[in-house]
Amino acid sequence: MSGDGYVVEAEGLEKRYGDKRALDGFDLAVREGTVHGLLGPNGAGKTTAVRILSTLVRLDGGRATVAGLDVARQPRQVRSRIGLTGQYAAIDEILTGRQNLEMFGRLFHLGRKRAKLRAAQLLRQFDLEAAADKGAGGYSGGMRRRLDLAASMILAPAVLFLDEPTTGLDPRSRGEVWEAVRQLVADGTTVLLTTQYLEEADRLASRITVIDQGRAIADDTLDGLKNRVGGDRVEVVVREPAHIPYALQAVARVAHGGQPEADMGELRVHAPVVDRVGSLSEVARYLQHYGIPVEDIGLRRPSLDDVFLRLTGRRTEEEPADQEPEFEAPAAEGAAA
Amino acid sequence: MSGGASTASEATGRTYRRRPQHGRLFWTVADCWNVVRRGLTHYRRQPVSILWQLGFPILSVLLYGYVFGKAMRVPGGGDYKAFLMPGMFVMTVAMGFVSTATIFVNDAKKGVIDRFRSMPMAPSAVVAGRGATDLIVACAELGIMMATAYGMGWRPEFGSGPDFGVGFVKAVALLLALRFALIWVGVWLGLLLPGPEQVGGLFAIVFPLTMISSIYVSPQQMPHWLGQAALWNPLSSTAGATRALFGAPTGQGTSWPEQHALLLAGAWPAALTLLFLPLAVRRFRRLSR
Ligand SMILES: Nc1ncnc2c1ncn2[C@@H]1O[C@H](COP(=O)(O)OP(=O)(O)OP(=O)(O)O)[C@@H](O)[C@H]1O
Ligand SMILES: [Mg+2]
Repeated sequence: MSGDGYVVEAEGLEKRYGDKRALDGFDLAVREGTVHGLLGPNGAGKTTAVRILSTLVRLDGGRATVAGLDVARQPRQVRSRIGLTGQYAAIDEILTGRQNLEMFGRLFHLGRKRAKLRAAQLLRQFDLEAAADKGAGGYSGGMRRRLDLAASMILAPAVLFLDEPTTGLDPRSRGEVWEAVRQLVADGTTVLLTTQYLEEADRLASRITVIDQGRAIADDTLDGLKNRVGGDRVEVVVREPAHIPYALQAVARVAHGGQPEADMGELRVHAPVVDRVGSLSEVARYLQHYGIPVEDIGLRRPSLDDVFLRLTGRRTEEEPADQEPEFEAPAAEGAAA
Repeated sequence: MSGGASTASEATGRTYRRRPQHGRLFWTVADCWNVVRRGLTHYRRQPVSILWQLGFPILSVLLYGYVFGKAMRVPGGGDYKAFLMPGMFVMTVAMGFVSTATIFVNDAKKGVIDRFRSMPMAPSAVVAGRGATDLIVACAELGIMMATAYGMGWRPEFGSGPDFGVGFVKAVALLLALRFALIWVGVWLGLLLPGPEQVGGLFAIVFPLTMISSIYVSPQQMPHWLGQAALWNPLSSTAGATRALFGAPTGQGTSWPEQHALLLAGAWPAALTLLFLPLAVRRFRRLSR
């Protein structure tokens, strides 16, 4: 290992698909023993980055090492040090859970006996013993994911790549998977987790790289990212557009470390504050004095959504401005008769 | 450089590191064998699936042999059922490429192939292991089909003296050669198709391919242009050659492909393999683009 504590290092990764630059100078450094979140909207390049780092696709430019091994020049060695859980649960649905793990174990070159032992152990660890000898096709979404995770843990890899591990799972299964990941990290595995769920990164990752259009646009701790949007905010929602100037005046009186902002569409006005409760009552008093009816008023902690908005000027669900929208918005109908 | 996989299992204190003491060739063969094991375990867990695959050829035997049998005439004379059975064997191996394609399209779609490729196993074993599985399964299928045919009164000729059984073995070898060639067609198609939904569409290839061949009727009994296509169909060559080797009526005329059925039954699979093996390998390699 390189000794500086990083198990994954990528510099200027490039990957083109035709004219599309899936990765466009992507940098990443993942510290050993942590969960590193790779957060970005649809099509940002998360999967492409994971596929390059796990040796599934060749890179067009840049350099990447995993566990000190070059992914382009030493793919075989890299493969014996990583685990991969892709966007779908990559398990054999006809085989039982146990047969799946034993097969993958033998293909990981553990030998027959140790593959059996390891399978039994992982079934216990991932709480799959009860269903171990049932066909994996009948497993619930959460169980499949856990089996999938178990399969990528067979060699106790130095780095585990998790590509949107909870996409399409119900909240309960999602919780099960998060729990399993936490345990792996407690046992010393380093995890690179891609996600579109801000909550997921929030819950699991200690450090986050935000990726957008193939480039890392931020790399920071969770708190660091949140600080960029300026801590807590006071927020007022009014009933009528005409009341927005009053609300702006009200929050301007207490704003600290940033200008008040208004969202005309949602009739929402907000500003960063320091004295949380004091500011809140000050704003309420001011608006009451002018007789402005208030829909909602409160304090809000910044979410990663805010971070993304701050970094890119877009919300996570929005398409990048230079891309054609995939579907045309329905044409506005003329006033119905 | 500390051995990496040693964080493994606190539970038993065992470390799970792969065993590099063997050479690359050893592991390639071992990987193939483990992929074969996986394929065979599928049949062990779902034994009926083999009957599903054989259902169509068996139904065809019943339909053609018993329902239309009396009305069927083999050019040059001979028993229609004896003519039909080798055709069914050809059909059995010919339909096999659909199951090869099915498993590849499913594995690709679900990420199983990606999982294999992210592991330290030999990538070639993914394809080679599947091919070996398919040949083993084809032997089992042919065994079942021949037993069924025997039950219906089919009696192959074994010859006598030093040549005893030689024709039979040659016929089986030709059938397996066709199956071998079709493995690569299956792999190629499986990696080409976007999803499992399209697999059903492959039967749209299988049907005309089996109908416009000498499997059911001799090409001489077809309209001229159709007969020409049927004459040059690889399935017709294997059917013609195996009929002769099993000692069944061949219904063959004087055209060049009919006269050289044995040669073509060897040449067609060789040509198909030469074409589709590289295509399949290229498709597989393209996964890492
Ligand atoms: N095999 C491919 N062929 C062509 N274009 C591709 C291919 N793979 C990815 N792309 C393109 O590269 C870009 C990045 O894709 P990628 O799958 O890495 O995004 P992502 O961040 O994982 O998105 P999602 O959240 O939807 O999974 C996208 O615009 C995608 O269309
Ligand atoms: Mg993705």
